[in-house]
Amino acid sequence: MKDEVTSTEERRENLKGMGCARKRVEDVRFTQGKGNYVDDIKMDGMLFGDFVRSPYAHARVTSINKEAALAIPGVVAVLTAEDLAPLGLHWMPTLAGDKQMVLADGKVLFQGQEVAFVVANDRYAASDGVEAVEVDYEDLPVVTDPFKALEPDAPVLREDLEGQTEGAHGPRKHHNHIFTWEQGDEAATEQVMSTADVVAEEMVYYHRTHPNPLETCGCVASMDKVTGKLTLYGTFQAPHAIRTIVSLISSIPEHKIRVVSPDIGGGFGNKVGAYSGYVCSVVASIVTGKPVKWVEDKMDNLMSTAFARDYWMKGKIAATKEGKITGLHCHVIGDHGGFDACADPTKFPAGFFNICTGSYDIPTAYLSVDGVYTNKAPGGVAYRCSFRVTEAAYFIERMIEVLAIKLDMDSAELRRINFIKKEQFPYQSALGWEYDSGDYHTAWDKALEAVDYKALRAEQAQRIEDFKAGKTRKLMGVGLSFFTEIVGAGPVKNCDILGLGMFDSCEIRIHPTGSAIARLGTISQGQGHATAFAQIIASEIGIPADDITLEEGDTDTAPYGLGTYGSRSMPVAGAATAMASRKIKAKAQMIAAYLLEVHDDDVEFDVDRFAVKGNPERFKTMKEIAFAAYNQAIPGVEPGLEAVSYYDPPNMTYPFGAYICVMELDVDTGEHEIRKFYALDDCGTRVNPMIIEGQVHGGATEGYAIAMGQEIAYDEMGNHKTATLMDFFVPTAMETPTYQTDFTVTPSPHHPIGAKGVGESPNVGSVPAFSNAVHDAFRAFGLVQSHMPHDHWRVWRIADELGLHG
Amino acid sequence: MSKMHVKFTLNGEEVEGLAEPRTLLIHFLRENLRITGPHIGCETSHCGACTVDMDGKSVKSCTVFVAQANGADVTTIEGLTNPDGTLSVIQEMFREHHGLQCGYCTPGMITRVHRLLQEHPSPTEEDVRFGIAGNLCRCTGYQNIVKAVLAAADQLNAQKEAAE
Amino acid sequence: MIPAAFEYHRPADLASALSILNTHGDEARVVAGGHSLIPMMKLRMTEIGHLVDLQDIASLRGIEVTSDSVVIGAMTTQHELITSDALATALPIIREAALLIADPQVRYMGTLGGNVANGDPGNDMPGLMQCLDARFTVEGADGPREIKARAYYESAYFTAREEEEILTKVTIPLPAAGHGFAYEKQKRKVGDYATAACGVIVSGDGASVAMTNLADTPIWSEQAGTALAAGDVDGAVAAALAAIDPQEDMRGPIAFKRHVAGVVIRRAMERALTRAKG
Repeated sequence: MKDEVTSTEERRENLKGMGCARKRVEDVRFTQGKGNYVDDIKMDGMLFGDFVRSPYAHARVTSINKEAALAIPGVVAVLTAEDLAPLGLHWMPTLAGDKQMVLADGKVLFQGQEVAFVVANDRYAASDGVEAVEVDYEDLPVVTDPFKALEPDAPVLREDLEGQTEGAHGPRKHHNHIFTWEQGDEAATEQVMSTADVVAEEMVYYHRTHPNPLETCGCVASMDKVTGKLTLYGTFQAPHAIRTIVSLISSIPEHKIRVVSPDIGGGFGNKVGAYSGYVCSVVASIVTGKPVKWVEDKMDNLMSTAFARDYWMKGKIAATKEGKITGLHCHVIGDHGGFDACADPTKFPAGFFNICTGSYDIPTAYLSVDGVYTNKAPGGVAYRCSFRVTEAAYFIERMIEVLAIKLDMDSAELRRINFIKKEQFPYQSALGWEYDSGDYHTAWDKALEAVDYKALRAEQAQRIEDFKAGKTRKLMGVGLSFFTEIVGAGPVKNCDILGLGMFDSCEIRIHPTGSAIARLGTISQGQGHATAFAQIIASEIGIPADDITLEEGDTDTAPYGLGTYGSRSMPVAGAATAMASRKIKAKAQMIAAYLLEVHDDDVEFDVDRFAVKGNPERFKTMKEIAFAAYNQAIPGVEPGLEAVSYYDPPNMTYPFGAYICVMELDVDTGEHEIRKFYALDDCGTRVNPMIIEGQVHGGATEGYAIAMGQEIAYDEMGNHKTATLMDFFVPTAMETPTYQTDFTVTPSPHHPIGAKGVGESPNVGSVPAFSNAVHDAFRAFGLVQSHMPHDHWRVWRIADELGLHG
Repeated sequence: MSKMHVKFTLNGEEVEGLAEPRTLLIHFLRENLRITGPHIGCETSHCGACTVDMDGKSVKSCTVFVAQANGADVTTIEGLTNPDGTLSVIQEMFREHHGLQCGYCTPGMITRVHRLLQEHPSPTEEDVRFGIAGNLCRCTGYQNIVKAVLAAADQLNAQKEAAE
Repeated sequence: MIPAAFEYHRPADLASALSILNTHGDEARVVAGGHSLIPMMKLRMTEIGHLVDLQDIASLRGIEVTSDSVVIGAMTTQHELITSDALATALPIIREAALLIADPQVRYMGTLGGNVANGDPGNDMPGLMQCLDARFTVEGADGPREIKARAYYESAYFTAREEEEILTKVTIPLPAAGHGFAYEKQKRKVGDYATAACGVIVSGDGASVAMTNLADTPIWSEQAGTALAAGDVDGAVAAALAAIDPQEDMRGPIAFKRHVAGVVIRRAMERALTRAKG
């Protein structure tokens, strides 16, 4: 038999299991243009919906006249809030416990808000219909600044909440105030601040930006009037959650709803939320009896679907004169726009921002966050990060630099003396988290050595001399970042979204001939789930990854799960996959023992088979076991070989990493050049190193964009200034740096395979590295803090304000 | 508005149909001909997801009216797979070097690379980066795309040499 | 982003194109590569009743290099400008500038005529054509006439061309052999318009300096050229800066743009001087 002459190592390689840089199975269709994205779906009689959007940021809608639009050939219907009101669907709940207008109900709160939904035979007629709808507006005073929004005489934005002093997350202090969220010990922190050797204080702003996947959001709703079944295809990062929410708000029973996420052209958090387009498409399909497609265009996407960040973070950090941090105080004003549509677990209105003590052993801390309404688009999603973690990482990594300046210390050293030590894990943070594992010192030393940190500092010192002597107009910055993420939401005991517990799931069916299908509650948006999750099963059960089909995204077939965002797929669904595999393996062991006529305990797993202990020549391969499972009557054992696992993680996972950026800055033009970018990630056990590296490249590129130019900007009238890719910075191959990746491996102790998740680390970690490089370049000239994005003119302004333009 | 008759060569075969002149080429391909490889991204000619090859030029089909394409020779990603259905060298190298993730930019990117390598059979890294600067990718950071293109160039050159 | 409906025309020769323009007046617009016009139509910022596609008019294409001038058909694409070796030898500044315009796909479609004709202050070729003292031939019902690039631009999107005229070709006098040249452009990324850009030609015959996207038209500064020809770079930069009128946009405020313009102009001048032979 072939197996007998194959070595253990060859058999292991044949599985393409964990640790192998397996080529992606998805790519065969993607490289041929055979992906199936939502806009590729075409159904008989399908209609197309498009929105009339508000040109004003704050206005009363005094009238809407549909007649001219309805007269256009091909226009089938025009829906307004009045049409949705009898169904109770003119407003919808947000993920953050607020509610949001589906279509303008008497007023609009941001430019681009949905006012009417035009349904037509195709997108051309729909577009003509949108042009023809006549809407009268009466403009109202606009507030785009969250600080001004909290002034006593600020205009009332949410008239629907007038008089409500209690919100979803406790008391509201002002008519534009949403919530206050507090963590830590305020009194103790004040005490530390008042007695510390040194206290550094700074306002750190993480500007508004947008996840901007290349594919925008969209859906196709199809109500079958005969069966009463609604099928909803869409760009959903959480298809099951969408099914439950649709059922709850529409009263269609959940078994009569099938939600399908087809291939998704990037999500990055943008596709977590529920949008007006989904609701309107469903209603339009019910009303017309035909399938209705809605796909927003890029301007719609940048103007109305979920933005990210927009956090004003006021920090105070206390330390001894030797640099040992003794306390951290942070107050955040979070600009949520017109509705609170943050995508956060219910009990965390500011997400996991309380990870803001970072990688440091800070004994005392206090955090408060105030959410505020303004006349901007709603959102506040986790743009390639776990909930508000990138804001937190940016905050602490800036505060470390600010403290280093105050102490006149090297910030690499300041980090080192404050890192949580390896032996302190599991570590209880002052703001309430239990970090699972880490070895920060090892990672940091490796990183500093890899870039030759000392030589960089020497070069920089020389550069400063040369600059002062007039020999160069370029400065050099070394940007350091050490981040700890908190991902894998999460334990059902404290993590839910709209009451839905944040477990995840995997169902595996081994076929009689030894191949398999696995289905998960998550949904890939480019992360390569079909490739990587099969590798886990391959290693756990001993079936080659190439013999395993992996499916996600169809709620009629996949087990219930909360979807993919917050780097939760590997920590939660990855764990479920391992656990389901182990259930199968346990049954396979019984079958093998029966076939080999020994006791269950007398066989052991060996790569792709169970063998008799001490007698490896006597074995049954998984293939043989699978066949027997279906076709042989085994006493006391049910036929079949399948298992499902719903995994409720005991804790989050805490990936970490060390990123270093070396940047050249032209003080006269504000232009930059990224000379080097080194990224060391520790995401625990590495399932597919090729995919991990790809995730790091992509996430760091998003971080580069955010730090160096990407923003959602509004003028004082609330006009959106960055609604196309001309002004919303997405770097091309020419601007994008080259990355040097590296890793350490510190497995998660509570995860079945020790994996922590990686997709979002590079966005979280790279933004402070890029930003700190800019700050570092100007440190010698007195710069303490300057807000992102560090585009050309803002870098120029730093130099100008420091008097470097002569 | 009345429709016009349009006719052009698509992936080596003649296609025709009726369309309003304002119909954008990308919509005609996707909706009328069900050629869904080219994707719609930014719609303002910045992202390149809709890239097709027209008369030997890489063009953004979101910014071309089908009327303008009347009589043209158009190739899309669907026409770039080997005749026997296997992946072309460029497609294979994208897979080999993990030059794609969500796959949304990929058809436009590969169609662009197809033309780039016709014009620059032995590009430098800088040539590749400059040559694909009209195609945005949100997932990969381009590093592995560049690697894939350089590897494809090497393979294609080796094939050419072997044939000579 | 869907444009409003229109009638499409694809005339085979210039006379037919002009006749369509005459028939439909300001309802009609010509389209070359379409990469300025079509996005505007898709945003419904421009509505056009009759779109006249010039692609079949062979007489509007081609690059002809003679002993004292270069004549470029209006429908010649940026890609063709870049790949013409004859042009690169005679007027290397055109390739240098064209490579800084937009991205590869847009350069395959975008034409010289389309870039210079409509008066978009963001476009690079108008400034370059002023630097080179090019002449635009426009043709209407009454036949062709020439307009100097330096006299063509009135304000943003307003030019000396009448609505029923078509810009057919660009004639560029060749600068002296061995001339120095440079086109410098600062932009945020590939595909962006200039934050500031400047074209410079220097030769024994004198110097010419023109700037892009620093006012609502391209700016050619005679004083800057005079100072530069006299070897006074500081004076030339000062003269050029005195002529511009940049506006604030997402690229930055006016003070920044003025500062960057100063740097870009100086770099262009210094590079052109370095390249000048004799």
